Amino acid sequence: MRHIARSRWGALTGVAVVGALALSACSSSSTSSETSAAAPASSAAASAAASTAASESAAPASSAAAEACAELTPVSLQLQWFVQAQFGGYYAAKDKGFYEANCLDVTILEGGVDIVPQTVLAQGGADFAISWVPKALASREQGALITNVAQVFQRSGTLQVSFADKNITTAADFKGKKIGNWGFGNEYEIFAAITKAGLDPAADVELVGQQFDMQALLNGEIDAAEAMTYNEYAQVLEAKNPDTGELYKPEDFNVVNYNDEGVAMYQDAIWASEERLADPAYQDATQRFVQASLEGWIYCRDNAQECADIITANGSKLGASHQLWMMNEVNKLIWPSPLGVGVLDPALYAQTVNVALNTKNLEGATVITAEPAAEAFTTQFAEAANAALTAQGLNTTGDAFAPIEVTLNEGGN
Amino acid sequence: MRRLKRGALGVMWALGGVLISVLMWELVKWLGGVISLPMNTSDSAMPHVWTMIGGVGQPEVRGSETTVLEAVVAASAYSLLIALGGFIIGVSVGLLLAIVMQRFAFMERGLLPFVIASQTVPLIALAPLITGIGNRISVGPVQWNTTYSVMFIAAYLAFFPLSVGALRGLQAPTATALELMRSYAATERAILFKLRFPASLPYLVPAMKVSAAAAVVGTVVAEISTGVKGGIGRLIVEYAREATAQPAKVYVAVFGAICMGLIAAAIVTALDVYLTRNLPKESRA
Repeated sequence: MRHIARSRWGALTGVAVVGALALSACSSSSTSSETSAAAPASSAAASAAASTAASESAAPASSAAAEACAELTPVSLQLQWFVQAQFGGYYAAKDKGFYEANCLDVTILEGGVDIVPQTVLAQGGADFAISWVPKALASREQGALITNVAQVFQRSGTLQVSFADKNITTAADFKGKKIGNWGFGNEYEIFAAITKAGLDPAADVELVGQQFDMQALLNGEIDAAEAMTYNEYAQVLEAKNPDTGELYKPEDFNVVNYNDEGVAMYQDAIWASEERLADPAYQDATQRFVQASLEGWIYCRDNAQECADIITANGSKLGASHQLWMMNEVNKLIWPSPLGVGVLDPALYAQTVNVALNTKNLEGATVITAEPAAEAFTTQFAEAANAALTAQGLNTTGDAFAPIEVTLNEGGN
Repeated sequence: MRRLKRGALGVMWALGGVLISVLMWELVKWLGGVISLPMNTSDSAMPHVWTMIGGVGQPEVRGSETTVLEAVVAASAYSLLIALGGFIIGVSVGLLLAIVMQRFAFMERGLLPFVIASQTVPLIALAPLITGIGNRISVGPVQWNTTYSVMFIAAYLAFFPLSVGALRGLQAPTATALELMRSYAATERAILFKLRFPASLPYLVPAMKVSAAAAVVGTVVAEISTGVKGGIGRLIVEYAREATAQPAKVYVAVFGAICMGLIAAAIVTALDVYLTRNLPKESRA
């Protein structure tokens, strides 16, 4: 009897061992695939510790600087979404060795549907985060102690796109129309523009929840759709017009640009932990991170095609022409930066806060209920970075910036 | 011979089911063009089945060497592996809980409400939380990565049906059977292995089927939620974003997820056949 019992135990142990093996095989395969996905970037960073042997992709100057680093500071950056040209500067800074040259080993954490970067940052899951300013201010009000250390995007990328025959060229034309919006805090510019145009969002306009693709617009289910210049607007131009059999053209559409409506809110910015900024080591890392990231954005301004390729090499599934379009449109949101790249403009910040504070959505809620504290942003890091980058001979305002021409192909290919 | 015939019949039924689904889809599409339906049946909202099939062979992005099919298969395999890991953890934990709850009645009273409450936490609230906590965990050289979070979530969903089913099964032996064992002066351990486990199999196997399905769903949802790279959930989101110009592409990824679920079910069925090989036929699940 005991023998049988023991053999059963043996079988159970066997099952457990098999399970453990399957698990370890699973986890090791996952790590290896992750490593291979990030290979071009991480190999450069890893090699820095063991001198410069493998860092062919890094610029010569930066690998020399990397040798000067006693050790690399590991930091992580939480993005809002998957790898795409919207985050080109950070991937360029990593791939071109700017982070390494600033003695940083940066892990870029991609976002997902339910990942809220500023929450991840506040909870200590990442050292830095990219977030839209109004959303981050709302999280701040709810107790997330975070500080805007670099305002990368200098203008809003939100548009309202409609077919030309609907004659919607300003927010005042929204009257009586079906206006799509994404909700979840993405709708405040729309509400502010409607209110500013003297309309009542509840009565004069039919606001409709919108999916993340643009089919509702193309099928005529809504009159005007919310779109980002760098993504959804491109999707529309990559779709075939069933009437002509060719791609839709920009002249088929009207766009309402919320920058022109005077209700634009600041979008992508780098956020750091306010509590940890009291720690000199973190403060120092923040300074180096901001400087290297901004150098990455300068690189992408001057090398849009190469940056788009870096993003694709980092695993983005977007088509080549869509990626380049996004890179170019993101450049337009950053450049020119009259006060210097990453330096927050108090006037536009005040406008952002004003809209966040005073615009009510349909439920009567505002983004924030009180003026944010002065600690919500600091320009100290971006200004120091600008001084350092200018000293390196880089143009940090992009006053001569000219966007490139991008031709979109069907499906973004 | 009869078995072979039954097998062939089963395959035909399965294929017939697929065919009927395809016909229904196309019928609704066709009807949408004739009468007004309360939904959009245009090619962009409901692509033709043959457009979906035609899409699998195309390169994923222009110039890339991998086709959509290859990408979907690779992603499904990756997710299946994660789901399998979650399933194994979930089954182990669920079984352990069931044994503890069966052995100690106070544990059943104390633990069962928590086990049930655990499943009322919405997954989309849980996923970012686990990722957030996980990102800060590093034990020695092992650094937590988001793949573990996904596996954890799969296990979290998988353990519940199993622990409840196993508990029921472990309590299944009749009083007479138990009394017989006691009259032999059998230890609790002997009763567990010789009486309770065999008696629990008819409960355990269906519970495992539910667990496997839960692990697959948990994996896909957690991947979508946390954006973990490499799996089918992420691919569904990425292809869905391209739906404006290529509406058929996302369906290929969805089919990949379905196939993944079917493979998981097949694995459990194989396990079922093995585990219940010595049981009398009528008690098979």
